[in-house]
Amino acid sequence: MNYNWDWSVFFKSTGVGSETYLDWFISGLGWTIAIAVVAWIVALILGSLLGVMRTLPNRFIAGIATVYVEIFRNVPLLVQLFIWYFLVPDLLPPDLQEWYKQDLNPTTSAYLSVVVCLGLFTAARVCEQVRTGIEALPRGQEAAARAMGFSMMQIYWNVLLPQAYRIIIPPLTSEFLNVFKNSSVASLIGLMELLAQTKQTAEFSANLFEAFTLATLIYFTLNMSLMLLMRLIEKKVAVPGLMSLGGK
Amino acid sequence: MRIVPQLLGAAIAAALISTPVFAAELTGTLKKIKESGTITLGHRDSSIPFSYIADATGKPVGYSHDVQLAIVEGLKKQLDMPDLKVKYNLVTSQTRIPLVQNGTVDVECGSTTNNVERQQQVDFSVGIFEIGTRLLSKKDSPYKDFADLKGKNVVTTAGTTSERILKAMNADKQMGMNVISAKDHGEAFNMLESGRAVAFMMDDALLAGEMAKAKKPTDWAVTGTPQSYEIYGCMVRKGDPDFKKAVDDAIVAYYKSGKINDTYTKWFQSPIPPKGLNLMFPMSNELKALIANPTDKAADDKPAEEKKS
Repeated sequence: MNYNWDWSVFFKSTGVGSETYLDWFISGLGWTIAIAVVAWIVALILGSLLGVMRTLPNRFIAGIATVYVEIFRNVPLLVQLFIWYFLVPDLLPPDLQEWYKQDLNPTTSAYLSVVVCLGLFTAARVCEQVRTGIEALPRGQEAAARAMGFSMMQIYWNVLLPQAYRIIIPPLTSEFLNVFKNSSVASLIGLMELLAQTKQTAEFSANLFEAFTLATLIYFTLNMSLMLLMRLIEKKVAVPGLMSLGGK
Repeated sequence: MRIVPQLLGAAIAAALISTPVFAAELTGTLKKIKESGTITLGHRDSSIPFSYIADATGKPVGYSHDVQLAIVEGLKKQLDMPDLKVKYNLVTSQTRIPLVQNGTVDVECGSTTNNVERQQQVDFSVGIFEIGTRLLSKKDSPYKDFADLKGKNVVTTAGTTSERILKAMNADKQMGMNVISAKDHGEAFNMLESGRAVAFMMDDALLAGEMAKAKKPTDWAVTGTPQSYEIYGCMVRKGDPDFKKAVDDAIVAYYKSGKINDTYTKWFQSPIPPKGLNLMFPMSNELKALIANPTDKAADDKPAEEKKS
């Protein structure tokens, strides 16, 4: 292949102010983290709530959560993003719409769309994991807590959830990593996160392979570190003798 | 053991005799085309009116595509291959350079700007079009030129020279613009039409193409002082001077024959598929000059006296 490798490209000027291509990658990484962390917080809170709802005896409440999961899990992420970015703002009242589209910084409105989109999408997946975590517990636990006079709130907060979360740390880890990888959809609505900066560098410098190699390394390193962090947390919170660790 | 060199000699002699004389002179892409009987053309899917897909057959049409077909005709003559088969390969702005480099595509004609960064990776034919980077805005809006855009939302297409110029202008002149980088021209125009941005900066010919697609084309106008001139070229593999010469010769012959003017009128001043819209975009002086004096240089490093800006 007839390719001209040039690894020094990252230190070259982009022609925009005094920025180098490496500066673009750093700012892109910053946005990727900003999207993923906030979307993850949204997903974890909402997902837990929905997961609990799905295990409640009330059929109506459980049904709402089920419908939510089916909708958000079965529509492609990119389609959801375009709905949040292009369609939802058009449904706002005219004054608010004007403000959202004209006065609000476009980066902010893109950021809001992607955080909401990714948060709600991932919540559906977190919900399913929380539900399976709760269902994996022996039925007797809930019955015993009830017999001791715990309220529903206390049963979940003190008995079921602390155990369920410990069981589902491994699948939650992979969802956490997915949020970081999925945040790359933001590049399609003009938010300059890591993938968008990579593509921009590739276009401007014509050094496509160097740009994507660096992006691969950054994503890989980021996700490896997160995985190790989660493993550390898993060890830290482990309760000796709890059945989730029975295999060890 | 003496027999080995003799056999080898006979084999080489046989190989030399059986190969037609002219084919032995061919190298690189020309040789590949001659031997395979096929040329692979790289095209775009939505660079209106340069190279785009207008119907269900999936075959490209457009101004650049007509130039590309002229190149194929030239090669047929030069290689004496009237039955040369044409294979199409869709490229995007991200894949076009690697696909030319790795041999998937032999020649790409679309809306690829010839610039010095890309010249490190590929060779360009003589220019096939010249554009100015300008603005598209509502006709009755106060946004007529770049100075009017201070503190406003301005959209452009990601990965284009316009994006670079707009961002550099914003940084240098502290204009406080919010630059939105849309993923393609269609989406950028959506942002303009839906009021997310007050102006769209892009190559003027592509702006005319987007304007023609609008719900009411007469509401919009291409405006503003051109911030740069750029020459589009066809891309070929680097370091293959024979093939590049064949491509250049075919394009120059197309210019000399005057057929280029018919092609221009067909795509820029008559109704074009799929919707039968007319871009009404007369030929610029820059393009006339380029056709009169074809060059494979990037617009930036053209001699100063040729520069109009």
